[in-house]
Amino acid sequence: MTRFLIRRIGQAILVLFAASIAVFLLFFVGPGPDQVARTFAGRLGTPQRILEIKHALHLDQPLYLQYLHWVGNLLQGNLGFDYYKGQSVNTVVGQALPATVSLVVGAAILWIAYGVFSGVVSAVRSRSLLDRGFTTAALFFYSMPTFVLGYTLIFIFAYELYRVTKFFPFSSYVPITTNPWQWFVHLILPWLTLAMVTAAAYTRLTRTSMLDVLGEDYIRTARSKGMPEQRVIRVHALRSALTPVVTLAGLDIGTALGGVIITEQVFGIPGLGWTIVQAIGQQDLPIIMGIAVLAATFVVIANVIVDILYAVLDPRVRLN
Amino acid sequence: MPLLQVEELRVSFRTADGIVQAVRGVSYDVEAGQTLGIVGESGSGKSVSTQTIMGLTRGAQVSGRAVFEGKDLLTASTGDMQRIRGAKIAMIFQDPLTSLHPYYKVGWQIMEMIQQHESVSKDDARKRAVELLRLVGIPHPDRRVDDYPHQFSGGMRQRAMIAMAMALNPALLIADEPTTALDVTVQAQVLRVIQRMQEMFGTAVILITHDLGVIADVADEVLVMYGGEVMERADRRTLFFNSHHPYTEGLLQSLPAYGGARERLRPIPGQPPSLLSPPPGCPFAPRCPYVMDRCRTEDPPLAAAGEEPGHISACWLPHRGSERAELRRKLLEAEPAGTAPSAGGA
Repeated sequence: MTRFLIRRIGQAILVLFAASIAVFLLFFVGPGPDQVARTFAGRLGTPQRILEIKHALHLDQPLYLQYLHWVGNLLQGNLGFDYYKGQSVNTVVGQALPATVSLVVGAAILWIAYGVFSGVVSAVRSRSLLDRGFTTAALFFYSMPTFVLGYTLIFIFAYELYRVTKFFPFSSYVPITTNPWQWFVHLILPWLTLAMVTAAAYTRLTRTSMLDVLGEDYIRTARSKGMPEQRVIRVHALRSALTPVVTLAGLDIGTALGGVIITEQVFGIPGLGWTIVQAIGQQDLPIIMGIAVLAATFVVIANVIVDILYAVLDPRVRLN
Repeated sequence: MPLLQVEELRVSFRTADGIVQAVRGVSYDVEAGQTLGIVGESGSGKSVSTQTIMGLTRGAQVSGRAVFEGKDLLTASTGDMQRIRGAKIAMIFQDPLTSLHPYYKVGWQIMEMIQQHESVSKDDARKRAVELLRLVGIPHPDRRVDDYPHQFSGGMRQRAMIAMAMALNPALLIADEPTTALDVTVQAQVLRVIQRMQEMFGTAVILITHDLGVIADVADEVLVMYGGEVMERADRRTLFFNSHHPYTEGLLQSLPAYGGARERLRPIPGQPPSLLSPPPGCPFAPRCPYVMDRCRTEDPPLAAAGEEPGHISACWLPHRGSERAELRRKLLEAEPAGTAPSAGGA
């Protein structure tokens, strides 16, 4: 178990190292030091300012020193300084992150709960009307672009049904620390949007995985022991069937935490996705780099957590 | 009154290719404390018939009767079946690795069953699990009870399955190819464990196998199945020394020890019949060395064969030994066997 974890964490560190090299090559080496300094300074940067930035980022030194300097800062949790906005990248990211986390965690709870539930029902009542209904719904939402669904929900709930559903706002975001109820109300439609487009994959995956497991010999054993069907499904089948679902959920949540670009845009949620789109429009390089590194870190951490969950679920992983 | 009385059991499955008639009118009795061996190739319907009795074949069309302790298992309610499964009729299966849940401890899987059927405390259930593991010969059962199945060897896993099956002292144990997935050296040990449990608890056993060697070891009565039908039923002695049906003869001749070391093994030529649209006559007719014209059109009924009481066989060959030998000789001369391509029997 310990060895397994050490190996996986080692791999994670390697991946992060590779990601940092990629970002470094793309943003520092590609354009060259002068261009980097000029971009960092922004359109209004004076030659004096560009020189200062060049020195601050160690752009006047050899490449490996530039890299070490940059990574050294990253390792201390310093994502750099945003000369465009005149504040540290950490501050900008720190303001955006809670919104993205709020959006992703709430949506993930919805899509996992619905996906696993509908998948299990579809598998247990395979080929029934319910199964076909869930499958059709899954395909419908899966093939719908996120912005179409998002604007449709806004149109229906916040506009057409305004008289009935007074509390649905068109868009924007209220931090939970400001007003928990408003935070919740503002996030209902974004949560639904993100959850509905994502849940389809979970319905299908859980259904397939569950059908596989229900054909296993140990399920026959459980039934031959006289276990009630409910218990066979909940205790014997579901735990095995969840393994691939956990993998997918880890990857999806890890990726989404790096920013949910379309949903955040549609609902005007100032999260990481919204921030990076702004930054790209303004050629705000430090922000783009900071969020890119952060997103890569989230995916890698999510993978490590998935590995740990594997070990929790499956004793064969834990004990070998 | 036999412990289990199966009458005219028919099982079919609807598949994409059509209806598969897996079991076609099978009847047999199991007496309390006795061992019934069911032999046949893959696809003979031997496993399907017992799994149907246990209500474990889903989506199958079933007819017939299977009366156990006065209750027809084929029409029993879900609740009744759950109370019977495990407690009154227990099962063990071919592959003990895949038959135990890989995520749960061996002891937990035994305790779960005890607690499902009896209201006992967790501690008592655990004590019984340890005791059962000791009975089936697991060393250090007090420690191994907390092991996961993958930490057991193949033979130990099957012993654990037997321990679980015997946990509630069932009246009937159905062992579905219990030794097939095991090493030859372990096979005999596992059979001994089943026999010892049977003696200790007075359990009746249905032993399903394709291996006549296993039957020779343990069965009291033997049922030979082919193409979803019963071909022959006899006590063990009669089956090995005075069998009637040509299919039984074919099975015996494909046994390594039977013909002596010098003789080549004689596989039964041809393939088992497709059960999608079984031929109208005897299912074995296409492969039978003694096939006659009526075999291809009329399915022979099970009828008394030979001198032993209870010996029945579904074959048109004469039932008196001397007449049979005479006719067999003639039939073999007229149409020599082995014209069909030999494509491995069992």
